[in-house]
Order: sequence, then C-alpha cells, then structure tokens
Amino acid sequence: MADAQNTRDRHDVVGSRHRRVDGLARLTGEARYTDDIFLPRMAIGKILRSPHAHARIIAIDTSAAENLPGVFAVITGKDMPLPYGIIPWTQDEHALALEKVRYIGDAVAAVAAVDEDTALQALELIEVEYEILPAYLTPESALATGAVKIHEKNKKGNISKHVLLEFGAVNENMRQADLVIEGDYFFQGTTHAAIEPHCAVAEFDSAGHLTVWSATQVPHYLHRELARVLGLPQENIRVIQPNLGGAFGGKSEPFDLEFCVAKLAQKCGRPVKILYTREEVFYAHRGRHPMQMHYETGFDKNGRILAVDTHTILDGGAYSSFGLVTTYYSGQLLTAPYAFASYRFDSTRVFTNKPACGPKRGHGSVQPRFAIEIQLDKAAHALGIDPIELRRRNALPAHTRTVNDLHIRSNGFLECLDRVEQASGWKERYGKLPFGHGLGVAGSTYISGTNYPIYPNDMPQSGVKITIDRSGRVTLYSGASDIGQGSNTMLAVIAAQELGLEVADITVISADTALTPVDLGAYSSRITLMAGTACLQAAKELAAKIRSSVAKKWGCAPENLTLIQHSVRALDDPDRRMPVIEAFALAEAEFGTLCTTGYFETITEGVHGDYRGATIGASPAYSFTAHVAEVRVDAETGLVRVEKIWAAHDCGKALSPVSVEGQIEGSVYMGAAEAVMEEHTTMENGLLAAPSLLDYRIPTALDTPEIEAMIVQSEDPMGPYGAKEAGEGPLHPAIPAIANAIFDAVGVRIDMLPITPEKILAALRVKEAEEKSTVRD
Amino acid sequence: MGIPITVQVNGVSHSHEVEPRLLLAHYLRDVLRLTGTHIGCDTSSCGACTILVDGKAVKSCTMLAVQADGAEITTIEGLASNGELHPLQKSFNEEHGLQCGFCTPGMIMTATDLLANNPSPSEQEIRHALEGNYCRCTGYHNIVKAIQNAANTQG
Repeated sequence: MADAQNTRDRHDVVGSRHRRVDGLARLTGEARYTDDIFLPRMAIGKILRSPHAHARIIAIDTSAAENLPGVFAVITGKDMPLPYGIIPWTQDEHALALEKVRYIGDAVAAVAAVDEDTALQALELIEVEYEILPAYLTPESALATGAVKIHEKNKKGNISKHVLLEFGAVNENMRQADLVIEGDYFFQGTTHAAIEPHCAVAEFDSAGHLTVWSATQVPHYLHRELARVLGLPQENIRVIQPNLGGAFGGKSEPFDLEFCVAKLAQKCGRPVKILYTREEVFYAHRGRHPMQMHYETGFDKNGRILAVDTHTILDGGAYSSFGLVTTYYSGQLLTAPYAFASYRFDSTRVFTNKPACGPKRGHGSVQPRFAIEIQLDKAAHALGIDPIELRRRNALPAHTRTVNDLHIRSNGFLECLDRVEQASGWKERYGKLPFGHGLGVAGSTYISGTNYPIYPNDMPQSGVKITIDRSGRVTLYSGASDIGQGSNTMLAVIAAQELGLEVADITVISADTALTPVDLGAYSSRITLMAGTACLQAAKELAAKIRSSVAKKWGCAPENLTLIQHSVRALDDPDRRMPVIEAFALAEAEFGTLCTTGYFETITEGVHGDYRGATIGASPAYSFTAHVAEVRVDAETGLVRVEKIWAAHDCGKALSPVSVEGQIEGSVYMGAAEAVMEEHTTMENGLLAAPSLLDYRIPTALDTPEIEAMIVQSEDPMGPYGAKEAGEGPLHPAIPAIANAIFDAVGVRIDMLPITPEKILAALRVKEAEEKSTVRD
Repeated sequence: MGIPITVQVNGVSHSHEVEPRLLLAHYLRDVLRLTGTHIGCDTSSCGACTILVDGKAVKSCTMLAVQADGAEITTIEGLASNGELHPLQKSFNEEHGLQCGFCTPGMIMTATDLLANNPSPSEQEIRHALEGNYCRCTGYHNIVKAIQNAANTQG
C-alpha cells in the first residue's frame, strides 16, 4: 500500500515543472503562424484607410482601381452593409465604412491583387470624396454642447455608456470618516503591441464553404460575426486560429481584415491574405482606455475604508468595442481585495475620433486599481500606519461577498501580502532607504473568467473532447485559443494527470471551429477555469471507462485502480499492473470507440447580486495579487529605474507552475512599462503620435526590472483542482506599487501616468518651493 | 531587372534573380518559404527576423537580398544539426524561455552570435545583447535564464 502511494505521488503531472506542448515547434521555426500560410493562386489584399478623423463619405470611385491590371477585386462598405460589434447591444462598426469615417485609419475600401505592390497602387487609384466634420479628440470636446454626434444613432450625444451604481450609505459614511483622501488620477492609453501583427487568410471552395485562418483570440465570436456580415450560414464557415504570436486582448474581437479577406476571396475566386502593417496594428488598437478618475475615500482613524466614491471618464475612441463591459469593469472590479463599507461609482465612456479602445490585459480594472492603491498609500501616510498593515486591516476574508455582492470563495490575498513583505525585506527597509531609493506596495484582484457568455445563451461556455486511437495516442480537442499563454499545455497537463500519461503523450488540437467543440475564447482569463473544468470532466470519464474495463478483467472494484506512469495499477497490490495501451484496447473492446466530452456550464447560483449590472464583473472565482516595487529615482534628471518587483499571485492551484510564473513575469513586465514608458497618444490632428515600434517605447531586456514571481495557492472550489487565473491579475499592482515606491524614494506623488522624468522634476520643484516657504514662515 | 544572387542558406545553395529592393527577410520567407524567420515591425525595431549572415546576427529586414550574394546564412530552421537540437533550443525548451514563440527565432539567433563571441556572458551582457530583440510575453526573465544555461552547458 505504501509503495502504491509512493508511485502515485510520483505521477503528479499537475503542479510539476514540465515543458510546453508546442515548445519544440516554436523553437525550430516549424510552428506556422497565419502569415506563414501560402495558398496556391493566393491574392494579396490591402485596405484603404481614412486620412480624416471625422468625415462623411460623399462618394467613392473605384473604377480606376478595378481597371488596373493585376487587380482581382475591389470592395467598399456597400459590399458588407450590416453592422457588427463584439457586444450584441452595441454593434456600431462596419467592415468598411458605410457613410462616415470616425478616426484616422478607419477602413474605407479594400482590394485584392496579384501582389502587394499592385494592391497598394490600386489603393492610390481609389477616389473618395469626403465632407470633413469636426473631430473630437478629447472626451471634453466630444461632450461639449453642440458637438456633432460621432454615431448618429446613439441616444445620448457622444456618451457611449454611463453607469452609476451605489452600495451602502456613501454620503453618510464619508461625513463620519476621520480622514477623507481626495485625488485626481489619469491613466494614459496604452496598446498591446503583440509582436505578431494581425493577419487573416480566406478561401472559398466550390461548394461555397468559407475557411478563414486568422490571428484571433476569439474564433467563435469571429465565426458568428463573419456569418452575420457576409450573410452566409454559420455551418458554411470554418474559422481556424493558427499559432498566435501574442494578443493580450488586442485580437479579441473581429477586425476589418477578417471580413475583407472573406469578401475579396468570394469576389475574386481566389484565396486572399491581408497582413496588417505595424502602423495598421497601432491604429486598429482596442487597447487600454485612457481614464480620468476622481477618487474620494473615507477612512476611520484605524485606516478602515468607510466609503469610496469615484467619478471616471473613459476615453472610448471611435467605436463601442467592449466599452459597455469596460465601463462596468472600471467600477465593479474595485471591490476586492479590500472591504468597502460603502461604495459608489459613476463611470462615463465617451466616443472620440480616435482608434477605438477595448480590452487590454486586466481589462477596465488596471486603471481604477492605480487610483485606489495610491489613495490607500496616501491614507497610510496620513494616519501613520504601515501601508501593508493598512491593507491587511482592510483585507476581505475568504468565503465572503463584496459590497457589490460578488461572491468570493478562496482568497489568498493575505498570504500574498506576507510573501512580498518578507521577500522584499519590507519591515527592515520601508521608509528607511536613503533619498532616491524607495519601496512601494499594492494589491489587486481579478476575475477567472467573466461569468456569462457575451451573447446570452444557455449552452456550455467551453467544451472539450478527448479521443484515444488504437496506437494509444490521446488527442484532445478544444476550441480554446492558445495565444502564447500556454492553454494547450494546461489542457494536456489535466488529461495526462487523469490518464496516467505524460504531457508529451497528449496531442492538443485547438481553435478550429470545424474540429473542436466551442470555447468562447481567450479573454477575461477564463480558459484555465472553464476549459480546464471541461477537460477534467472529459478526462475523468475516459479514465473511469478504462478503470472499469480493467476491473472487470481483474475481478476487482474500479475504485481500487489507478492510472499512473503509463500503466493501470491496483492500489492494494503494487505488483499488479497493466500497460495503458492494453487497458485502452480493453476499454475500446468494451465501450466502442473511445471518445468522451466534458463541458463547462455557466454557474448562475450565488455568483452575484440581482441588481441591474450585477452580472458584469461577476466570476466563478477571483485571483489575488500583491506586489512590492523597488525603485531608484535620480533627483537631478527625474529618471526612474524600477529595480525589482516582487510579485505574489494567488492562482488557486498552479496546474503548470512554469506557465504561472511566466504569466506573472510577463504581467509585471507589461505593468512596469505602463508605469514609466508606454503611451498611445494622438496628436492634434488625430494622427497617432507613435504608430511604430520605434516610437512607441516598449521595454527591452535592459529596461525590464528584475522580477521575483511567487505562487500562492488557495485552491478554489470552483476551479479544476482549485485553479484560478494567472494571466491578467498579476499586472495590476505593478503600476501603483511603482508610484508608491517613487513617493517613498523622493517624497512626491505622480498621479498622472505615465511617470516621466519631466513630471518627477516638476513635482520635486513644487515640493522644494513648498519646503522653502514653510521654512520662511 | 532581376539581379542574380547565390546564397548558402542552412547549408543549401540557392540561386535566384531578385529585385534589387527585395529585403533579405522577404527573400527568406516569400522566395525560399523559410517561414521560421518572422517579421514583427516595419522599422527594424523588433528583431524577430534576426538570422546569421556569415556567423553574425543580422536583422534580415535591414539587409537587401542582393547584399547577401555569396553569403552563408543560418536561419532558425538550420540551427539543429543531425537531428540534434542546438543547445540554445534545448535550454529555451527547458527554461520555458518562450510563450507565443513569435520573437523566439530572433532571440535564439541573437543569442547564438553572443555565445559564439562570448561563451560565458554575465546576465548584464546577455541583456545588452538582446537589446535589439523585443519580447512581449515573458518579461525576458526566462530568456536570459535559458541563454545563461545554454552557455553553462556549452562551456
């Protein structure tokens, strides 16, 4: 028995350090990304884009382009007049602009030609007559009286979405507070900048069936929208997501190129490919919303949060995108990891004539997290309480409900705080480092999947199918998109664990709508919990069949058998074993072809409250994170060097610890960049200020701080083996932790991002002047 | 208008007539269909297209195909030899030195050049060498570790 126990321990695939299922292919150049697809007779497509930030289209003349030798097809908005949009209630986009262009870069026409040069030449020949309209590049100008509506059909001027929600007696609590901290914060726009540009290829067969290969992270939603816009039955469309070169939210809704390749392919009877230039990627955007945030927070004298009152303006850009959700998230996701006795948020998303904003890693909640964590730091200083201690005093327990009625189950936040406090030497060093050198802390929470599908339906959100063929090879089919985060590896880990195999024994086929069961996509950090649950169910059912067939043969109870290390073994007799391949054959003989399915269904009971908006921000499980950042600030130049970030993240259970650490490290890197480097801005005419990787500054290996990733495991009852998300949560605290560390280093607060040397020098000068005048007084 | 060139790519000789303006990156991808060399930007910033030209790491988007006439080129596809992975490929696999893998070929080619000239680089030297290669997934942490480990095994 003891021996059997030992052998079982040795088969812990879950939680072990293993390699990626796709590692070798990606290390040898074998892995094919969308732009690596070359089809016979394939034409190259290009998109004509608006040079105006806001204009009415009076006429488009494509005749010269059509007559250019080598041009196969030209299309305009009239070829695809139906609107689309990722959120079913706010479908305000067209594959190609129909009547208006709303930002510089809006797609107007597209061509397919024999090669890129011919396609570009054809674009030059398309004549578009515009009536220029006033362009609104700030929320203030878009909201001013008399502003022209960017979307004529929008009900309330240029307001894209407004949410006002109140929980508890905010005004009364604020009045009774011993300390009220009031602050204005700005979070700049930033973009994903995945290294792979967007790309799509389409091909029609002679039966009228369309295949689209696309660098998307949401094949299922793309499938639906293609059917809608092209007017084709869904069953005639197949969407395949090849290997994906990074996404971070930047590929999580349909884009113009996917519709254009399909329409052009249909029109010219050839496969068509469109690859965005890097400049087009920057204009396609859908990145972090710039947010102006006014925060008022009331504390009692012990530092407990009595009231939080926030006013937020989101600069949405030209289209709705995920904006309805972003607007809710800007308030709904603030209510953990700290207990708020009362809370009100008032968030308004505004249309402007700029590239549309959408979801970037930590969708909608990274910006408010920046504000609240600085508010807490300011309160800690005002009350003379250590900032980590103040956070401990306010920390929510496990198995609780937040002020806005989100149901939190597991909660490892306190352990996260302990870990970063200890690892950073906080107690010995905080507040005691020499001028110019400082530490800062911040915490956060994030969802493990948004609770509901984007379009209302009662079907599973994720399905997994597992088959075993006669060779003994296990193949796992999942609609989930591996965007580099390692979801295919995560699924293989689960199947290998249950079937007594190694990760390398599992072939994962993913994100192909013709082959794989539906999964809603790689967004809101949903895959580990949702696809993982589906996978666990399918794998357990398959393992049960195998155990049952072997039990029958051996005349013992199936519960007495386990699958480990490529064999079926009896728990009470370690010498009794059968190679899995024989066991698979026994099971196939008994049950027929081996194939099981598992699925994850929406959990509707007890997850959230029942007020309007309660469903947005709700999740089956929440992750928690704490960071300590260490910075050096040069008071002469204002230059900030982020030296190190300690990041402890509660992911419930690390199914693949190397993947979880990789997610933490990548998140910290991206957050640190948003704190001190990156800014996606437009100039006065609506052109982007930095639409290239030369000008939009992302960190190199030299700019990236040292990162120490620590895993905390609280084991959530809702996740597979207790697992929660790890891909987005760990980004949040980096930015406020750095800002708080700068205060510790040089005593100035930078509440407006990004933190540049100019801002630091200006703040230091103000501080000096204040100190001088105090001395004089 | 084509200019004849002959290049050795991964040990195989190729002769083509190419337009003088054809970038080496496009020659490799579009003409030879060696798609392991990726293109991530239009400004020679990202380094995803890094290859070895006569043993030196070069961003293949900064060179014309005609400039490579007579050169010996190694791309990611040519790094493994006799069915044996290159030590860098092995250590990137062991150390989880990649996520989406798009920057990986360029990272590995840059690191190959580094280790050829400096068999036991310090962490800072590795980070310096990678300055021209962007990774958006990993925070570089495991990439640096993978290169350190490859250096240790080689040494």
